[in-house]
Amino acid sequence: METAPLLSVEGVTLRYRTKDQLVTATYRVSFQLYPSDRFVVLGPSGCGKSTLLKAVGGYIQPTEGRIRLNSADVTGPGPDRVFVFQEFDQLLPWKTVKENIVFALTASGKLLRPHAEERAMHYIAKVNLTEFALSYPHTLSGGMKQRVAIARAMAMEPQILLMDEPFAALDALTRTKMQEELLQLWDETKFTVLFVTHSIPEAILIGNRILLMSTHPGQVRAELNSSGADATRIHELLFGAANHA
Amino acid sequence: MPERPEIFYEVSTARLDVVEKPLSAWEKLYDNGAVRKTALLVMLAAAWELYARWLGNPLLVPTFSATVGALFASIASGALPQAALYTISMLLKGYVSGLAIAALLTAFATGTRIGADLLETLTAMFNPLPSIALLPLALVWFGLGAGSVIFVLIHAVLWAVALNTFAGFRSVSPTWKMVGQNYGLSRIRYIARILIPGAFPSILTGLKVGWAFAWRTLIAAELVFGVSSGSGGLGWFIFERKNQLLIADVFAGLLTVILFGLLVENLIFKTIENRTVGRWGMQV
Repeated sequence: METAPLLSVEGVTLRYRTKDQLVTATYRVSFQLYPSDRFVVLGPSGCGKSTLLKAVGGYIQPTEGRIRLNSADVTGPGPDRVFVFQEFDQLLPWKTVKENIVFALTASGKLLRPHAEERAMHYIAKVNLTEFALSYPHTLSGGMKQRVAIARAMAMEPQILLMDEPFAALDALTRTKMQEELLQLWDETKFTVLFVTHSIPEAILIGNRILLMSTHPGQVRAELNSSGADATRIHELLFGAANHA
Repeated sequence: MPERPEIFYEVSTARLDVVEKPLSAWEKLYDNGAVRKTALLVMLAAAWELYARWLGNPLLVPTFSATVGALFASIASGALPQAALYTISMLLKGYVSGLAIAALLTAFATGTRIGADLLETLTAMFNPLPSIALLPLALVWFGLGAGSVIFVLIHAVLWAVALNTFAGFRSVSPTWKMVGQNYGLSRIRYIARILIPGAFPSILTGLKVGWAFAWRTLIAAELVFGVSSGSGGLGWFIFERKNQLLIADVFAGLLTVILFGLLVENLIFKTIENRTVGRWGMQV
């Protein structure tokens, strides 16, 4: 490989403590992300994929192994890795659509206000929400809120977009549309994205590379190229051939 | 099962006319909260007037018209405005100092674990303690004057506001907190730009409760002792007029207290509410 990896996760074990037990979310997970990758982490719920994403985001420190971004250790949350969450409430309700994006750009010190507004409008146009720029989030539908969240994350032009099942709370029709839009946006800007999902079709559609994880504790089962990957094979890898109906 | 054909309709893309029926004048009027409440107030005033006339004892219950007359007379003579002004200036001093101390305490509590413990313990101890019960002690410490009243007022405001603000901070959605961290906010900007707006519904409740506590405490304190440096507030006005058996004036004083309460609630707090949590869709 001629280029250096953008993100490298090396033997990462993540543990967290609940009131009466120590839970191992992932066990010695390793993978590497290269620029312009659409890297999908796929696994059933409870395989620690969201926890893994939070560790890359810097919210959780690994108990073993290391996470490096451009060969520097990840020590905390930062605007070079921007999150798109599953929850609709990730937009700040006291700011309009445009202000939400401007806030992200100015709070992180990325741009000053006039330029931030310009860039905000540019990305709002990219997700086709220009007429809603001055609306407050509670007046938007779920799909529109997720589009704003994606626009906010993309406006930051981060090194990596971290997407935690961003379409999981949407209805099936809206989800399909959003998946297409995301791919279209990728065609335009070739951003790097680390995408977590539990849906096999979504993983095959969105990703160019798929990391399969098994449960309890989350371990890597396989790392595949999505071109030519088929759902049945992935299903067998995840759940074993015996269970497959 | 009968054989059914598939049916296709043409979906019109032409701009549809707005299909709605205008509301009648009566419905529009009834939809307006201010109109409904005013109607209620007028009905209450009418009931008061009727009862007082039927009772026919102005020393017990003066009529509504006599009270309004006394109210205008006291305003014209300057006694009531002076008393009200004095009370309000005291109230604002106490309220603002209470808010400032509450802000400091809450900031300390959000920053450190020991601060949170301190706030919780202090609130549990002092919140149930009626501020007026501290007045005798305050008189010993600060003497007969503005100092002791402000001390009691701070006690009335502080705990309600601090408790609500801190509870609000803790119930701010974890997603917003993560968003704030994601964009690299510093500690102070994080409090100002994520925690305070995120907790605004409960902060507003705290402000309202604190205001009501302060108002009550002040009037009660003035009833106990009102004269300080030659001027008294509304409570003293009420107390003094009762001693002179000017019952209509007593009612006028009480009416002023009520009017201020309504004014602050419906103008100031309502406006803040509409401009913030109402507009943000965060009303609880």
